[in-house]
Amino acid sequence: MDRRGALKVLGLAGSALTALVGLPKLAMASWAKTAFEARSGADALQGLYGGNATTPSDAVKLKAPDIAENGAVVPIEVETDMDAESIAILIEKNPSPLAGSFDLPAGTKALVKTRVRMGETTNVTAVVKSGGKLYTATKEVKVTIGGCGG
Amino acid sequence: MTTIRIKAKERAGIVDVKSLMKHPMETGLRKDKDGNIIPPHFIQEIVAENNGAVVFSGSFNTSISKDPYLSFQYSGKKGDKLTLSWADNQGQKESTTVDVG
Repeated sequence: MDRRGALKVLGLAGSALTALVGLPKLAMASWAKTAFEARSGADALQGLYGGNATTPSDAVKLKAPDIAENGAVVPIEVETDMDAESIAILIEKNPSPLAGSFDLPAGTKALVKTRVRMGETTNVTAVVKSGGKLYTATKEVKVTIGGCGG
Repeated sequence: MTTIRIKAKERAGIVDVKSLMKHPMETGLRKDKDGNIIPPHFIQEIVAENNGAVVFSGSFNTSISKDPYLSFQYSGKKGDKLTLSWADNQGQKESTTVDVG
């Protein structure tokens, strides 16, 4: 078999394998390991969006309690009227600051509500990616009992 | 028997989704009573599809609370089929489909 033929066979085998492995993961995006395991918010944004230059903006609405009595369950709500592609939530002093990231196809509102764990009193930052730029809103949440277990 | 609870209600062309996923969301930082570290076990990926088209997707870290709550809104109508799926770091998966009400 010449080199070209060998490559062809390899390519075919490769795509067959991809199809096999790819099927069960249908529609599942890949978990951004470097971003989620980053120890700082800046590194997390770099890993997630390939850049960490952010601009604070009033257009990013972040709802979080002033005081969280139970750090294990802190309700967070992020919303914006901007045309957003993605939303991320950072919790500054958690061991891994990036709590979650959400992709918004066209037709989906730029709105996410969830509940997070907070180890101690710290800043929560909502990051909105719009037009390739990152906009933020930050709020300090006081935590009475930490929720990262240990 | 599914472990994902979903409420999806349409109003003026916008479907409001509220969901609860039963999951331990172990951080990997906790220890059991013998002092052994409990390995991390948490949902990493979530995808929502409306009639087969992705309308919302996201990634969770260990800092999302146990039994994750997730709410979002998208353009849709009553009678649409909404499927919510998750996959965790140990390769487990769950998926539930509901009718938009």
